[in-house]
Amino acid sequence: MKIGIFALQGDVAEHIKAIEASGCTPVQVRNPQDLDNLSGLVLPGGESTTFWKLSNRIGLDKKIISLAKEGFPIFGTCAGLIMMSHDIEGYPNQPTWDIMDITVRRNAYGRQLESHVETIHAKDIGDVSVAFIRAPFITRVGEKVEVLSCDKEGNIIFVRQGNFLGAAFHPEMTGDIKIHNFFCDIARRV
Amino acid sequence: MDKELFLVKKGLADMLKGGVIMDVVTPEHAKIAEEAGAVAVMALERVPADIRAKGGVARMSDPQMVSEIMKTVSVPVMAKCRIGHTIEAQVLQSIGVDYIDESEVLTPADEEFHVDKWAFRVPFVCGCRNLGEALRRIGEGAAMIRTKGEAGTGNVVEAVRHQRAVQREIRRVVMAPDEELATIAKELGAPLELVKMVKETGRLPVVNFAAGGVATPADAALMMHLGSDGVFVGSGIFKSGNPAKRAKAIVDAVAHWQEPEVIAEVSKNLGEAMVGINIDVLDDKEKLARRGW
Repeated sequence: MKIGIFALQGDVAEHIKAIEASGCTPVQVRNPQDLDNLSGLVLPGGESTTFWKLSNRIGLDKKIISLAKEGFPIFGTCAGLIMMSHDIEGYPNQPTWDIMDITVRRNAYGRQLESHVETIHAKDIGDVSVAFIRAPFITRVGEKVEVLSCDKEGNIIFVRQGNFLGAAFHPEMTGDIKIHNFFCDIARRV
Repeated sequence: MDKELFLVKKGLADMLKGGVIMDVVTPEHAKIAEEAGAVAVMALERVPADIRAKGGVARMSDPQMVSEIMKTVSVPVMAKCRIGHTIEAQVLQSIGVDYIDESEVLTPADEEFHVDKWAFRVPFVCGCRNLGEALRRIGEGAAMIRTKGEAGTGNVVEAVRHQRAVQREIRRVVMAPDEELATIAKELGAPLELVKMVKETGRLPVVNFAAGGVATPADAALMMHLGSDGVFVGSGIFKSGNPAKRAKAIVDAVAHWQEPEVIAEVSKNLGEAMVGINIDVLDDKEKLARRGW
């Protein structure tokens, strides 16, 4: 089974490794035609403003949005989660792909000095060691969105809506691939 | 060493891969850089070309100016301290910058010792000319490496030389049998543990960007072709005729470095590139890359 990784910018190599370890074949997605014949797509960590600009210039964003409307499995981490959100608190002019019915707060924990590694508990998955790097969190979820995990303060950090998964953190940095396995299972069942 | 702390220090650099980090001297520049798709900005008072022209001692920027740039953009903000200037680094950490560049572009404060970067929560990027220098900096706690190149010249030749040297020496380490590694480490002047890590993974243990002399989209793509994880552009953007357009073109060229037709398209009508300096007219003592060891 082929899983695409959005590869215009970000920690693509780490997601490639995690997808391989989950027993799937990773495919780098740099142009719209690279999305053909895939079973799912991972949006890595990176800079959300850069993701939008690079994908918009070549029409990759439109293809991702239209696939999402058909229920194509997509998993976004950190910047990828921001791209999947409906809107961003405090940045009304920063465009997103509006794939999940959620609102996010960018750099919600602060700047790099607040970045940290933590073991979280995720519903249906268990304990996972993950990294928060200038991480966002989710401040609003729509009715169709299931909360899979919250941080110690109760902020929402991991959500599912049908075939879409969104994480505020990086499960690809620690070598703990439970969440990638979970996503590959979703893609397999579609 | 705190493994988790190093993971998030290195991790932020991982998030910058495939991206362009731009030197900016004002919040207006920072906005232009972010609009163009920069993954981070380097806040400084003068771009390297002006430091070169003006001469004198180049130091850490005014913290007020760095803070203003941090307020203006949502991407990570880096700032430079002088080589070995622990206090400038502490000052930058205290105002909350996301990355510190212990940089040869500023006048070194210490000609023998670099900053002990393990003592900081904020991550550091350091320059190198070869694998040994890269591994010495990582041994001191740097979480990201860049080539030194020759900043402020608009001439990519030194960045090419440095990246080629790093990659050639990595290939040598990978090919070497285990019993030769201690001797290679001695020759490189690098910690043996890090040489072993290079052999296991076939790359530097941290993200490796190109810097110093990148002036055009094709220069940036060339550095990606040579194995860089991303590119710093200093004077090349804001010393050119049309900074906004050139900035965007360089961002596109890095993302699509394997597609010459894209680089051709974005290179059209960019206006004047920075004038540039031929390295061979510089005296050795004018070369910034020779600072640090």
